[in-house]
Amino acid sequence: MRPLLLFALFGVAWEALVRATGVPSFILPGPLRVAAALANNASFLAENALVTLLEIALGTLVGVSLGCLAALALSASRGARAWLLPLVVASQAIPIFAIAPLLVLWLGFGLASKIAAAALVIFFPVASVFYDGLARTERGWLDLARVMNAKPAAILWRIRLPAALPALASGLRMAAAIAPIGAIIGEWVGAAAGLGFVMLQANAQMQTDLMFAALLVLASFAVLFYRLVDRLALRLAPWQPPTQSTF
Amino acid sequence: MDEISPAVAGFGLHVRQARVAFDGCVLFDDLSFELAPGSFTCLLGPSGIGKSTLLRLIAGLAPDDARAQIQASDGGPLAGRVAWMAQTDLLCPWLDVAANVALGARLRGTPHDLTRVSALLEAVGLADKTHAMPNTLSGGQRQRAALARTLMEDRPLVLMDEPFGALDAITRWRLQDLALRLLEGRTVLLVTHDPREALRMGDTVRVLAGRPAALGAPLHPRGLAQGELLAAEHRLLDELAATAI
Repeated sequence: MRPLLLFALFGVAWEALVRATGVPSFILPGPLRVAAALANNASFLAENALVTLLEIALGTLVGVSLGCLAALALSASRGARAWLLPLVVASQAIPIFAIAPLLVLWLGFGLASKIAAAALVIFFPVASVFYDGLARTERGWLDLARVMNAKPAAILWRIRLPAALPALASGLRMAAAIAPIGAIIGEWVGAAAGLGFVMLQANAQMQTDLMFAALLVLASFAVLFYRLVDRLALRLAPWQPPTQSTF
Repeated sequence: MDEISPAVAGFGLHVRQARVAFDGCVLFDDLSFELAPGSFTCLLGPSGIGKSTLLRLIAGLAPDDARAQIQASDGGPLAGRVAWMAQTDLLCPWLDVAANVALGARLRGTPHDLTRVSALLEAVGLADKTHAMPNTLSGGQRQRAALARTLMEDRPLVLMDEPFGALDAITRWRLQDLALRLLEGRTVLLVTHDPREALRMGDTVRVLAGRPAALGAPLHPRGLAQGELLAAEHRLLDELAATAI
């Protein structure tokens, strides 16, 4: 209830500011004008929102899967750490803005390049947070497992992995928050559909109200996506108390 | 009781010339002692003296530079014949109580005896908590589950590292009774800093004190009259206070 109230108050203040200053609508359209643009372009925005949503969801799936695999490989063997760790760090060091044009060049204007961009921004936080969780297993559990004659693979699978699930849950939340960034950057660099594409086109044609409408849809989807992933993350480690960030 | 009595009687243990040093500080050197088969020995000492380290050494968890000759009296290997119970319950929060009790079998990939799990949970008073998650249990219940997990391993040698230290007095008292009853027939080495606990549980009580630490003469509290026990507790407390570091 509180977010809705805040949202309404923000809208009222925004409309008042636009009316009081008389700022032209191509610079800052009021919320009523944005709402009108939203209603007039509803099906067009919905079509493009679906594209972006698909990019975000698939990008998250690919990024989280690769991040988890990398974290497991890193914690499974010292050799893998020596070879893989520099690659993992490099994946974060290269700015996504720099690599996105290449992704479009290699993978085309379609879905694949956006999924790759989203996956790329997600990969590092998931891999690093999950690896950290895997590496910080409580010593007592490891001691107990050793006295119980557990094999290293069993220790990884039955102790270190479940013990790292709270860390993975944090990684998932982070991934959900940044996945839209990757997808939108991918669309800005080269796309034929999607909310990022709509925003870019609307901006070029001075349709600022449509741009704001697309932004509003994107923000709403991003928040909903985050909440969905947050719920999933809670199920992943139900013994952990819910975080303060949960809303 | 059949489901929970030990399959193999406890063997004796000979520890000779044990030495552990941390950062140039020698915790103990040339330390030797024996545990009689099927006996309950309590190792008493002030905090930081090296009791837990000695226990870890026997369990095969000591640092690489630690050394000792550790032999079972029956000449068999120690690996696979030791159970470990730590100060914290070490219950896995992602497993229910029954799965926690059967953790050893899960880790070794061997089938576990569900009847034995039920019998052990019954014996420790957790029959109604079989499918409860650890975060819903009280401290005493958690430690009971840990005791059941230790017994589930059915090992002849049981090493206990202050397992009741974090419990309130009444819960500790009850758990001591329970442990004494259920561990009968096994060789047990229990580390504690509580003289009353040592005198109550041990067939033999040894004090570890000094730097490098050495073991005092064995004390056999069984059969002592109430007054003698109180006097022994006093003596032990005095000794511990004098050697605390």
